[in-house]
Amino acid sequence: MRSSKSRRRFLVLCVAPAVILYFVFMILPTLNVFRMSLFERGAYSPTETFVGMANFKALMNDVKFITAMQNTILLIVTVTLITFFFSIVFAAILTREKIWGQNFFRIVFYIPNILSVVVIAGIFSAIYKPENGMLNSILSFFKGETVMVLWKDQPMVIVSVIIAMVWQAVGYYMVMYMASMSAVPESLYESAGLDGAGRLTQFFQLTLPLIWTNIRTTLTFFIISTINMAFLFVKAMVAKGMADVGLSFMYAQKDAGLYGYSMAAGVVIFLFSFLLSALVNWVTRREVLEM
Amino acid sequence: MAALASGYEEAYPGMWQEVCDAFTAATGIKVNLICDKNLEDVIGPSMQGGDFPDVIHLATGREKGLTEQFIKDRNIADITDVLSMTVPGESAKVSDKIVGSFTDTSVTNPYGDGATYLAPMFYSPCGLFYNAGLFEEKGWSVPATWDEMWELGDKAQAEGTYLFTYPTTGYFDTFLYALMYSVGGADFYNKATTYAEGIWDTPEAQQCFDIIAKLASYTNPVTPAQANDQDFTQNQQLVLDNKALFMPNGTWIVGEMAEAPRAEGFKWGMTALPAAKAGGNGASYCWLEQAWIPAAAPNLDAAKQFVAFLYSDAACAVFAKGGAVQPVPGLTDSLEGDNKMFYSIYDNGADAAMGNFAAYNAVAGLGTVREVFLDPINGLVNGSISKDQWISDVKAASDQMRANIMG
Repeated sequence: MRSSKSRRRFLVLCVAPAVILYFVFMILPTLNVFRMSLFERGAYSPTETFVGMANFKALMNDVKFITAMQNTILLIVTVTLITFFFSIVFAAILTREKIWGQNFFRIVFYIPNILSVVVIAGIFSAIYKPENGMLNSILSFFKGETVMVLWKDQPMVIVSVIIAMVWQAVGYYMVMYMASMSAVPESLYESAGLDGAGRLTQFFQLTLPLIWTNIRTTLTFFIISTINMAFLFVKAMVAKGMADVGLSFMYAQKDAGLYGYSMAAGVVIFLFSFLLSALVNWVTRREVLEM
Repeated sequence: MAALASGYEEAYPGMWQEVCDAFTAATGIKVNLICDKNLEDVIGPSMQGGDFPDVIHLATGREKGLTEQFIKDRNIADITDVLSMTVPGESAKVSDKIVGSFTDTSVTNPYGDGATYLAPMFYSPCGLFYNAGLFEEKGWSVPATWDEMWELGDKAQAEGTYLFTYPTTGYFDTFLYALMYSVGGADFYNKATTYAEGIWDTPEAQQCFDIIAKLASYTNPVTPAQANDQDFTQNQQLVLDNKALFMPNGTWIVGEMAEAPRAEGFKWGMTALPAAKAGGNGASYCWLEQAWIPAAAPNLDAAKQFVAFLYSDAACAVFAKGGAVQPVPGLTDSLEGDNKMFYSIYDNGADAAMGNFAAYNAVAGLGTVREVFLDPINGLVNGSISKDQWISDVKAASDQMRANIMG
C-alpha cells in the first residue's frame, strides 16, 4: 500500500514537468488562438472588440483565402504522392538491390533535408533562373534552341514549388523506409523466391504490407509538416500573391493589422490539418501484419 | 531606441550608435540602441507583450507594415510640440531645422488634423534609373513625355532591349504616386490618395491605368518570375546588363548594386517620370523615412528630446556620413558624386510628389493598397489578369477603403 502510493507520487513527479510545460507552451496558446479569433484587434494594440463569428463568415467569402486553401490542398496532395512514390521506390532499390555506391546515394538523397529553406530557395533560384538558369540551360541543350521557361511565373510557379518540396523531402522518408525495409527478414524473400515470386511481386506482397505501419505514421507526419513547409517554400521562393498558401494568407492578414482575422484563418487551418490527419489515418488502416 | 539598419547603416556601420552617444553627451540621458535589418522581428514580439521602445525609426511602406499598423491603431504619440522644442545642445528650434513642407503631408500627419505624429527623417527622391552611358553611346535622349517613352521603347526593342523592368511590385508605390501627380497634379493626387468617390472613373485615372498597362507590355517578360524577395536583384541586374532600359527605384540602388557586374561604360542615371502631356512637368516621388514614438513609450519626455536631437548639426553630420539626407535646410549643398545628381532632380523642373494613401481601418477581406493596386501588375505583365479586371478590383477596394478611412 505504502509503496504503491510513493510509487505513484514518483511517477507524478516524473511526468509533471513535461505536462506543465506542454500545458503552458502548447495548450494555453492554442486556446488563446481560438479565443482571439472571436475578437478584432491590431497585433500591437491593447484594445480589442468582440466580433463573434464575423471573422469566420468573412473568411468563407474571402476569395484570397479560398485560393490559398486550394493551393495548400494541391500542394499536400501532389507533394505527398510524388514524395512517397519516389522515397519508397528508392528505398526498395537501395535495400533490396545490390548497387555500387549505396551509401553514397543514401547521403546524397538525405542532404537536402538538413539544408535550411533559405539555402534551398537560393539553390532553386539558380536552377530556375530564366536566363542561363540550370534548368533552362539543360532544356535548351536537349532541344537545340533557347528555351525560356519562366519557372517562377504563372502558370509554372506551383510546379516549381512542388519540385523543390519533393526534392527536399524525398531523402528523409527514404531513409525511414530503408530502416524498416531492412528489418524484413531475408528468409521471407528467399522462400518467396522459391515459390516463384518475382521482384515486383515480392515488393507488393511482402515489402509494402510489412512496412505499412511505418508508411501510415509517416504519412500523417508528412501531411502536417507539408502545411508548414509549403508556407516556408512559397515565402522564400516566389513573389507575394503568386502562389499563396493558407499560412501565408494568415501572415499577410496579421501584417495588414487584422490580428483576429488572421487567428481565425489559423483556427481553420488547424482544424483542417487535424481532420485531414484523422481522415488519412482512417483511410489507411489495415490489419497489422506480424513478421 | 530602436532603429532600422538600412542601406545607410551598411554604408557607415555604427551610424546610429554614434548618434546615440552624441545624444548622451549632450543631455546625459543614457540610450539603449536596438539596430537590426529585420527590426520588426526583433521588437515585434516584445511589443506584443507590452514592452515598447521609446523611439522607433522605421518607415511606412515596408512589407511587414508595422508602422502602418501603429497608425491604424492610433498607437503613436502626438509629437507636434517637439517642433517648438529647442534642439538639445543648440539654440535653434526644431521647426527651424526642418524644411516647412516636410511636416505638412500625410506621411507625417496621417490623420489630416494638423497634428504631427511621425518625424520626417531621411528622404530620397525616387525615379526611373537607367544606364546613362548606354544613352550617350546610342545617342538616345531621356524621354520627356510618355509618347517619347513609347517611341524609345520601340527603338530599343528593335535592338533587343526591353524598355522597362521593376525589382518587385512593391517598387510601384513610389512610381504610382509620381505618376498620379504628373498626370493630375496636386488636386487629383490628394483626391486619389483619400479614395474620393468616382476618382478612378476620371480621365486622369484612366490615363494612369493606361500608362501602367502599356508599360506592362513593354516590360522585360522575365521580370515577374524574378519579382520576389529572393531574386529581385536579378531584375535590377537587367538594367546593369542593358536588357531593360528603365526601372523605378531609389537612390540606395547605387550602394545596393555596387558589387554587381555591369555592361561596359555603365553610368547610373536617374530621371523623373515623364510628363503626362507635352510641355507638362515630370514628377518624382519623395521617399521619406519616419521616426516616431509609440503611445505607450515609457519615457515620453526623453523620447521627445531624442527626436529633437535627431535634427542637431551633430546628428545630421553623422547621418550624412552614411549618405542619409534629412530635410534640413542647406544639407543638400554638401552632397557629392551620384547623390548630387539624384538630389538635384527637383531643381531640374520635376514636381515633387509627397504623401501616402490615407490610413483606413483594416477590414477582413479588403487587403492592403499594395495587394490591390500593385501586386496585380505581375499579372498584367504575364497576362494572367486583364486590365479591366485590375481596374474594377481597384475601384471596388477603393470604395471600401473610403468607407473605413481614419481621421
